[in-house]
Amino acid sequence: MPDYKWPEGTKRSLMGKHISRIDAPEKVTGKAKYTHDRKLPDMLYGRIVRCPYAHAKVVSIDTSVAEKMPGVKAVSIVQGPGKEIFWAGDEVVAIAATSEALACDAARAVKVEYEQLPHLVNEEDLSRAGDRAQKPEERTDGDPDKGFKEAEVVSEGLYGAPVITHCTLETHGSLTSWEAEDKLLAYISTQAISDVGAGFAQPLKLPAANVHVVQDHVGGAFGSKFAADRWDVEGAVLAKKAGKPVRMVLERDEEQVVAGARPSTFAKVKVAARKDGTLLAWETLSWGTGGLTGGGASPVPYVWRIPNRLKHYSVETNIGPARAWRAPNHPQACYITMCALDDLAAMIKMDPLDLFLKNIEMTAPRADLYKEELLKAAEMMDWKKKWHQRGDTSPGHLKKGMGLSIHTWGGRGHVSENRLTIYPDGSVSCELGSQDLGTGTRTVIAIVAAETLGLPVEGITVKIGDSKYPKSGGSGGSTTVGGVSASTRRASVDALSLLFQKVAPALGADPANLEAVGGKIQVKGDPGKSLTWKQACAKLGVTPVVATGKCIGGRDELTNQGVGGVQMAEVTVDIETGVVKIDKMVAVQDMGLVIDMTTAESQITGAITMGISYTLFEHKIMDEHLGRMVNPNMEFYKLAGIGDIPPIDVYIVTGKKQDDRGVIGLGEPPVISPGAAIANAVTNATGVRVPSLPLTPDRILAALEKKGGLS
Amino acid sequence: MARSRDPETKPKKGLSRRAFLSRGAGLAITAPIVTGTGLPAPQGAAADVKILGPEKVPITLRVNGKSHTLSVEPRVTLLDALRVNLDYTGAKKVCDRAVCGSCTVIMGGKAVYACSVLAVEAQGKDIVTVEGLSTTGKLHPIQQAFIEHDASQCGFCTSGFVVACKALLDKNPNPTMKQIEEGLAGNLCRCGTYTGIRQAVLTAAKTMKGGQTNA
Repeated sequence: MPDYKWPEGTKRSLMGKHISRIDAPEKVTGKAKYTHDRKLPDMLYGRIVRCPYAHAKVVSIDTSVAEKMPGVKAVSIVQGPGKEIFWAGDEVVAIAATSEALACDAARAVKVEYEQLPHLVNEEDLSRAGDRAQKPEERTDGDPDKGFKEAEVVSEGLYGAPVITHCTLETHGSLTSWEAEDKLLAYISTQAISDVGAGFAQPLKLPAANVHVVQDHVGGAFGSKFAADRWDVEGAVLAKKAGKPVRMVLERDEEQVVAGARPSTFAKVKVAARKDGTLLAWETLSWGTGGLTGGGASPVPYVWRIPNRLKHYSVETNIGPARAWRAPNHPQACYITMCALDDLAAMIKMDPLDLFLKNIEMTAPRADLYKEELLKAAEMMDWKKKWHQRGDTSPGHLKKGMGLSIHTWGGRGHVSENRLTIYPDGSVSCELGSQDLGTGTRTVIAIVAAETLGLPVEGITVKIGDSKYPKSGGSGGSTTVGGVSASTRRASVDALSLLFQKVAPALGADPANLEAVGGKIQVKGDPGKSLTWKQACAKLGVTPVVATGKCIGGRDELTNQGVGGVQMAEVTVDIETGVVKIDKMVAVQDMGLVIDMTTAESQITGAITMGISYTLFEHKIMDEHLGRMVNPNMEFYKLAGIGDIPPIDVYIVTGKKQDDRGVIGLGEPPVISPGAAIANAVTNATGVRVPSLPLTPDRILAALEKKGGLS
Repeated sequence: MARSRDPETKPKKGLSRRAFLSRGAGLAITAPIVTGTGLPAPQGAAADVKILGPEKVPITLRVNGKSHTLSVEPRVTLLDALRVNLDYTGAKKVCDRAVCGSCTVIMGGKAVYACSVLAVEAQGKDIVTVEGLSTTGKLHPIQQAFIEHDASQCGFCTSGFVVACKALLDKNPNPTMKQIEEGLAGNLCRCGTYTGIRQAVLTAAKTMKGGQTNA
């Protein structure tokens, strides 16, 4: 049985070190090709006519004028007369023309009559949801009644995280081309190379095997790009009608309206405790929406196992449908939970760090690790020196505050297969039907293969982004790094063992007694007896060595799940303008065995940056009367800019204990805590709680005013 | 950050941006209507302004030192001309209205949002795209520094940032952190690469002062 287990720390020359991402040169030179950049001869441009109403019935459609317009090559009715439309922006007619501008001209010439129906687009006020609020989901863990009876203090609060969008810089879209009557080539912006083809195959009545999916690079996904969307399928329909490839790429406004919404959660929370901070019980009344399908309950209380009761209303609204957003439900649950605990701590005038440490056993099964991480973060932040009781009482309009939060995530590797080839000229390729979302997937594959084969990273050619390669899972749930590193490790070990068999006679040694180190194949314990990698591969003659390695997912021993992390924020709030400035963020994170320290650190700083963005700025704002999104763009749907980001100090827990866990995903965990950590810091500074994100100046000033003016 | 509306880049005669936009493609609007908007009437409008379109017109663009002749409708932006007609796909279309900076190119020595410049008005000016920074096959120090500091993730904003950094350092070879943040305030990233970008600019500035620049 080959030994696949990860090499010991002392034997690693690449894994865990700082290694630059291997596709960075393509990206910094503009050579990296994204779906948006793809072109095919005679390509047409697709455009969708979208319903302007949040809830309506299509009465009639007249495409006659559009069809006769210059450059128009195909028109397809997506939802015809009689169809009920449930959100503004849903697809009604698709058009393909010879240029983007002509397609837009034609789309404007399509006449659609609608019968408007009643809509609901805002859910923050549950009392106005009427029959759109479903029968509540209810559950109880432990005996909260006992805790509430024993309570010496009960803290109550309202907390909410609104619907936000993914706002991927590369909008959703595809370029589809019929290679034969029943064979489709799809360049699509996706996070699921091996799976996304099925989304074309089913509606187009093709065998899934006949859809060839290709994508080198994707300009952001964050959970919103798993499926082939209806506009992609309509692109293929138009391509068939016109007999030409069709590029169907969303405009920014379409992206913001229909291509991704993170469900909201609002919650009224009661926390019971003793005056010494011992947590006793918890009660949640929550509600939220992710569009027509409502919104499920967020896991509140989050991380902390407090006896509790939850009642949750899923509110059906007429907004573009929900999609998974980096760490689904966790940022919302984290915000509600950590803010409620912070409010409790303030009520009993306790440092929330002490409250967390006092109750740390409730974070089982990783209580010891959380404690270690809290203390480490406190040291990095100089927490004990900087923290003060709620409300900065120093003179002046600039108030300083400190906040903290903890989070968790799964992250076990997904099913993956890597076909590794060692060629007689010494080159090595890895082929996987995977994708690199900018997380560093290519880089970790190259590092694992290079480490195992004793080669430099440049010695490995990573081929991903094509559905013809062996299947690898979609990049969701932080499962990619575990999956591809495990499959790559096994493929590399097996390929090397085949190479050893070919090389052993030349070295006069038993194949089992060979090792690959520093670009050489050598006899263990006798490094003088060796061949360079090139000499060794030349022994293959004309036949490459090919080995396929797998990660089986769930029970795979090279990967694991369950990480923890702590984040702390230091902020300054101008109580005259309501503007929040973040002065510093600290992140302490465990993630099992680290493969590339550079891209791991970037995942954390990147996630915190995204977290700052959703905490301070992001909100999909819906007009109650029109039923439409009022900020479907990037000037009023704000993202954090370079000046909004403070120094971010990152500490990744390493060492044998972490190594022994195996590889665990990191993409999602660090995006969970920023909302709570920053909001708690703002509250610590101002003395008032802003119930719902984002922490925009108007909300902060409103909360201050409610308290009775500026302090 | 009204980069693309720098008065110095406005043509002195012929087709001005304002005159063009106030007319729309292929439509001549008389002076009183322009005056009615509260804007000053263009100088000698009737005599000087050449009306283009709506059909395609031939234009010449000088990109990365090479002249290209192409035929575009006057409403086509510089970004679309670069990406669609000339296959310079480094500049990306993201917001398409001068907010995010992913389409940043250097035109006449200044960083502009290519999504908000018409191709017809980009004629006669030197245009530098991200592809023009490493024409000798050697990476520009800014590109090298971006790699060193892991200043790209998905990479979709990266071209725009690299070009914006070039324009910033051309103008101010020794920027403070505050000046870097101001200079790059017109570019947005979704993955969160700002911390790497800040370090990359400092490193690139240092390298470029050492005379190792190739552009």
